[in-house]
Formats: sequence, C-alpha cells, structure tokens
Amino acid sequence: METTMSTPSDSAIAGGHDAPRIAINMDGQRDVAPRNAAKARAEGLSFYYGAHRALKDINLEIPERMVTALIGPSGCGKSTFLRCFNRMHDLTPNTRYDGAIHFYPDDFNLVAKDVDPIEVRMRIGMVFQKPNPFPKSIFENVAYGLRLRGVRNRALLEEQVEAALRGAALWEEAKDRLQASALTLSGGQQQRLCIARALATRPEILLFDEPTSALDPIATAKIEELIAQLRDQVTVLIVTHNMQQAARVSDFTAFMYLGELVEVGDTSRVFTNPSKKATEDYITGRYG
Amino acid sequence: MATPTLPSNDLQTVRRDVASRKVRDQLFVVVGLLALFACLLSLLVLFGKLVMDGSDRFTWEFVSSFPSRRAVHAGILAAWVGSSLVMLVTACTAVPVGVMAAIYLEEYAPKNWFTGIIEINVTNLAGVPSIVYGLLALGLFVYKFDLGQSIVTAGLTLALLILPVVIVATREAVRSVPRAIREAAYGLGATRWEVTKDHVLPYSTGGILTGMILGLSRAIGETAPLITIGALAFIAFLPTPPITDVAPYVSFTWLTDPFTVMPIQMFNWVSRPDPAFQSNAAAAGAILLGMTLLMNAVAIYIRFRFRKSINW
Repeated sequence: METTMSTPSDSAIAGGHDAPRIAINMDGQRDVAPRNAAKARAEGLSFYYGAHRALKDINLEIPERMVTALIGPSGCGKSTFLRCFNRMHDLTPNTRYDGAIHFYPDDFNLVAKDVDPIEVRMRIGMVFQKPNPFPKSIFENVAYGLRLRGVRNRALLEEQVEAALRGAALWEEAKDRLQASALTLSGGQQQRLCIARALATRPEILLFDEPTSALDPIATAKIEELIAQLRDQVTVLIVTHNMQQAARVSDFTAFMYLGELVEVGDTSRVFTNPSKKATEDYITGRYG
Repeated sequence: MATPTLPSNDLQTVRRDVASRKVRDQLFVVVGLLALFACLLSLLVLFGKLVMDGSDRFTWEFVSSFPSRRAVHAGILAAWVGSSLVMLVTACTAVPVGVMAAIYLEEYAPKNWFTGIIEINVTNLAGVPSIVYGLLALGLFVYKFDLGQSIVTAGLTLALLILPVVIVATREAVRSVPRAIREAAYGLGATRWEVTKDHVLPYSTGGILTGMILGLSRAIGETAPLITIGALAFIAFLPTPPITDVAPYVSFTWLTDPFTVMPIQMFNWVSRPDPAFQSNAAAAGAILLGMTLLMNAVAIYIRFRFRKSINW
C-alpha cells in the first residue's frame, strides 16, 4: 500500500482500519481508556484574536487512539483550533478562549484560565508545519522533553531516545549519527525527528499542524505511514489542507469553514456521502 | 496630442533601450566605489600617517615603560594596562546587565505603552554625548558612592555608555531566533526561563558577543567621560596585581587604584610642545587603532563561526 500508488479511497477505507482494536497499555503506567472512548471534547469552544472571533462555538469529540483530521479552506480556523489543545495561543498577546475542551479521563478543561499551559503541553505534544529541530545533536533533540521533566540518568535517556526514534521510524537512519547536528538531516528526516521529540515525552494526544506541507511526496508518504502506526499508542489530531491525506490517514474527519465546524463523521462517510452542501463543495474542489 | 503608444519591440529599439539603461547601472557602480574608497582611504591614510610618525617608537621599551618627562624614555605601560583593566570591568558589568535587560524586554515584558517608552529610551541613550555620562559618573560614582577616581569608576562609567549598544545588539540577536524554535520548546512543556536558557541564549551567543565587542571597541577610545571623572594623565606605577602569592591568591584592590588609559595618554602627549612627544602620540594612536581593529576582527570571526554552526 505504501509502495504502489493506490487511490485515496482504497487506502482510506481498507487501510488496515478493520483490524481488531485492542487497547494496549504501552508503558504499563497510564490507565488507557478503551479505544474510541472520548479523549477530549470541545464544548462551545470559541477563540478570539483581540475582538476577532476566529472560532465559533465548536463542539467536537476526539476519540482515544484514533486519527481525527481537520480539513477546510485556508483561514477556516483549523490550525487555530488545533493550537487551542496545547494552549499555543497563550504565547500571543490579546487572545482569549471561551467555552471548554474537556480532557479525559481526568476531566478538566484544557483552556480554563486556572489550568497552567505548561501542564497541558506536558501531556499534549505537537508537530509543526515546518520541521523545527533545535540546532543541537539528534540525541539532544529527542532527549530535550525528558530533560525538562528532570530525567538525568544517561542510560534511561539513551533507552528512551532509542524508543522514540524507533517509534518515529528514524532509528535505522540516525543510530550511527546521534551526536550529529539535527540540521544535517533531510527535511523528511527532520520532521520525523520532530515526531520522535514529541513521542519521547509520551504525550496522550499528538497534534499535527499540516506536517507534510513542506515535504516532497516520498517524505510525505513516510510520515503518513507513521501517523497510521501511531494510532496504536496515541490519540492523533491532524490539520491538513490535503484532502487525499485526510482520506488516507484519518478515521474521522471534521470539516471547518469560516471558524465553524460544519460536519464531522467517519472519514469514509464524509468523503463519499457528505451530509452538508458546503462539505461536498469543498471536497469536490469547488473552492478551497 | 499624439495617442500614447507602447515602445516598439524590434531588435534595434530593444538593444538601444537596454544599452541606455545599463549606462545608468554602470554609473552607480562608479559612484558607489568612489563613496567606498573615500571611507577606506581616509582610514588607511590616517593609520599610515600614525605608523609613519611613530615609526621610531615601535619598540618593546615603548610598550614596557612608564611615562617620562623625556620623550624617548616615555612608554605606554600604565596606559595599556589601565585600558585593559577598565575594559575588563566594563565588560563584566555591561554584558550581564545589558543581556538580562534585553532578554527581559524581548522575552518577558508585555507589549504595552510602558515598555514602548522604555524601548525608545534605550535607543535614545545610545545617542547621549559621552561627556554627559562622565558628569553622571562624577556625581554618582565619585561623590555619592565614594568610589574615587579609580578603575572601577571608569569601568562602570564606560559600562553605562555602552549598555545601550549591548542591549540593542542582544535584542537583535534574540529576535533572530525563529518563532518556530521557541514554539517547539514551549510545545514540549518548557517554561519561559527554560526556553531562554536552553535555546534563545545559546543560539544568539554570536550576535551577543559581536555586540559586546563592538561596544567595547567604542569604549576603549573614549576620553571625555574619563577626564571628567578625573583620570590621571601621568602615572608611573601599575595598579595592584589582581593575582597575589598569598591566599586567597586573588586581590580586588586594583579596582580602587588610580589609572590612566591609552587615549588620555595620547591626549597628554599631543598637548606638549616638544615635537618628540608627537611621535609618541602617533605610535600610541596606531597601537590603540590596532587594538580596536583587532577587537572588530574577533567580533567578525565569532559571528562567522556561529553563523556556520547555526543556519535556520
């Protein structure tokens, strides 16, 4: 499926998604909710840049260890919505959240004023649009999140870095040059390094903000394959402007337009039988 | 009135048009080169004249002797040691204070009218005449804090003088760290301080060091504020050595010793009627200029090294 260029609909519908879904406790520490249970739920979420209301009353459930894709034309608010989950907007002055994103199983509101954004970011990782490795060694890039959490033991760091690099399908390429600068990697490798960096801290949700928009098709295919594998250990929320990508990698698709959530459902259903006119117009390429 | 027409596209017309436009292009090359050589030549002529006038004084004796009433025996030992120690105090105070202030302004301070005023004033401070800093230092350090006409007073005065340079350079360097790198670190759960110490500071070290050296190379030539605080022009002894042979092996008494610096020594010699002292002044000037150029070269090298290891 990865080597031959199959049609998007094939891979989306048949791409191994019917395999039995077993809840595996990957680290033996965290209570893992059954797959498909709500991991997070946006409830009446609005977001403001100053007086501009960029998100309008969004209600959306993010299921545990599933891939949920956010699609929509440029400026529809999909990235803005994604960045609410790890409180990235807190870095920009004059922004305001309204409503809630409930986070399960702890059941607290991620965007509440009294919840520290650092606490949120410790549990929800993010991969950005352009690969943004630190200009440090490959090893230090992956180890950084653990160092922040106070891990000093060298053996433990090495073990975790290896696990994260394996998880991001970069170990074979990087194992002999862990001390080389991350900037010597190719663009696609850098993006997988960023995924490894996020994975090393064992996030409960991993946010992807158009992770392949700066990559060539081959690197893109590798990242997509990786995202499909990540479903087994982490809940994924991905923003993409590429509808074929959404169809290929996601279980659920949410279509946003002008800051509102228009439609959400099983990816195969949204792409084959959208219930809203706007969704149909978008996925058939009438605008966007 | 004829109707306006687009220029013809035939070969002759196009070639004529391109040729006439290229003449103007070449004209700018000539003007630009003239402007460039005007700067370079005046520096070269100045440096050459100083070297020629002081040519018979470039000896070890000149560097290792105290000033004297006889020009041939006079040297710059007290001056260059004084300049070096004053620069040390300046660097040790201006850099930490300037870098911390700049980091606060860039990374921590909320963007409001108050920080706006501070920013404008920091930039304006760079334009305050240096003698005003001298007056400030005379009132504050010499009289109020009773630090005397000492190396520490001079170092702090020059530190105030170059603080705006360090702040502006640090802010530029810090601002050049891409937002994406900050977001990556914040995204992993880093605090503002962790982002600053693990990423922003290390990645902007090149720019910060460059700013520091440019500031110091301005400070090393300053005369007016040091005369204002009462630097001596004739000193026939060295400050207490900072390293001693008894425990704890370091001494800070040199901080309160009187001093002189290179430009003051030069000024002193230039103002004497005996022409033999003029060549002393020229030689000291050449050495001072050499020190400044060397510092700038170090700044350029550092920037080059850091640019090579970090390219966004």
